[in-house]
Amino acid sequence: MIRIVLPPHLRALAHVSGDVELDVDGPVTLRSALDALEARYPMLRGTIRDHGTLQRRPFLRFFACEQDLSHDPPDSPLPDAVVCGAEPLIVLGAIAGG
Amino acid sequence: MSKVRVLVGTRKGAFILTSDGKREKWGVSGPHFTGWEIYHFKGSPADPNRLYASQTSGWFGQVIQRSDDGGKTWHQPGTPPGEATTAPDGQPKGESNKFVYDTSAESGKPLTTHQWYDGTQHPWEFKRVWHLEPALKDPNTVYAGVEDAAIFRSTDGGVSWHELSGLRGHGTGPKWQPGAGGMCLHTILLDPSNPQRIWIAISAAGAFRTDDGGKTWKPINRGLKSQYIPDPNAEVGHCVHHIAMNPSRPGVLFMQKHWDVMRSNDAGDSWREVSGNLPTDFGFVIDVHAHEPETIYVVPIKSDGEHFVHDGKLRVYRSRTGGNEWEALTHGLPQSNCYVNVLRDAMAVDSLDKCGIYFGTTGGQVYVSPDAGDSWAPIVRDLPAVLSVEVQTLS
Repeated sequence: MIRIVLPPHLRALAHVSGDVELDVDGPVTLRSALDALEARYPMLRGTIRDHGTLQRRPFLRFFACEQDLSHDPPDSPLPDAVVCGAEPLIVLGAIAGG
Repeated sequence: MSKVRVLVGTRKGAFILTSDGKREKWGVSGPHFTGWEIYHFKGSPADPNRLYASQTSGWFGQVIQRSDDGGKTWHQPGTPPGEATTAPDGQPKGESNKFVYDTSAESGKPLTTHQWYDGTQHPWEFKRVWHLEPALKDPNTVYAGVEDAAIFRSTDGGVSWHELSGLRGHGTGPKWQPGAGGMCLHTILLDPSNPQRIWIAISAAGAFRTDDGGKTWKPINRGLKSQYIPDPNAEVGHCVHHIAMNPSRPGVLFMQKHWDVMRSNDAGDSWREVSGNLPTDFGFVIDVHAHEPETIYVVPIKSDGEHFVHDGKLRVYRSRTGGNEWEALTHGLPQSNCYVNVLRDAMAVDSLDKCGIYFGTTGGQVYVSPDAGDSWAPIVRDLPAVLSVEVQTLS
């Protein structure tokens, strides 16, 4: 079981409060974690990654264990603390605009 | 007793304003979709409880929302509340936010690039839905005008969207270029007398028309003159801001261009200027009285460099002669120290006996005139900047 923290706009869109808890099949990577998130909450498709290319949207960042994972390859393993659920994967809106 | 429902899209959410036919006392519902930009928000003429909203964000992209109960509850088409969000094979069902340009070998092949700000060619990139136009007779059919400019259609209530690619494929695409607000398809007009005919407008490409239900399109910009285009006969490149039409007379169109107010009596085949005595003919909105097809409304804006009303006075101008002769409507509107703009989709008319006119400002006010413009009153004063205003007349 992993935990994902979404920004407030996306929590509202997915009708969730607090962290999202998900089971991920196979190796836990950014790609597999986001695949599992979008499978559970399809209304989030296209809001974090582009529909077609699956590239991260420009103003979103991924953090975990005080590390910026935004530029990591999507198939890199996530930190062990995320895999075991001790720490969340954080999807964060970059500071821009108002 | 008739009622009106005003649908307001703002920079930070949607609002629904309701009143009886007197249009004096108002209820306000919202914000809906708090914190998101609601570029446009419109009801189906075939089923007034069916509403569509374009919810968008620079961070999170495009979301389409639908209500089947007049705005009380909302869902993204394809993922209704309470229904499983995945198909039996485990795949997500939610496709309603997906706008994918046609790149098929048959119809998508010529659709490659448009002109970028620096004159180079640039690939089409989907950014947002600017305008949603529900079909006149089928609540499940709705058109979407998007940035980068293209028109999409859904025939399943907004679940899936398919491009009418004949527009981009008609050949002038490489000459289209974005205006300051992006390269957006912002106007969609459906002909009530001919279901095969649709008009659209793009900043900055111009106006186009299809007469075969969207398969093929032609530019209809003859008579438009733009200072920044050296060729007086340029087929495309014009920055059309909005087009309006009275449904009883669909061959007559009125246009607010970047500069110039224009009129066409032949469904767009040719245009002539009707700016007349306006204090400035720059602006964004234009609309037509519901019962008097020669009565039109604009809100002049000082200039392309100063997007606020002229002289610090918020004045709607009305022509009862189809253009050229204009009168300022000021009663109830601020006449000093006012520096708001009225954006292209932020004016609407109801169809009550005494036609009501509505508009919203970038300062967050929504005004109503229950007497065709003679007097005005604010419905709300302090919303986020208003992006769009639509009105439904309900019996």
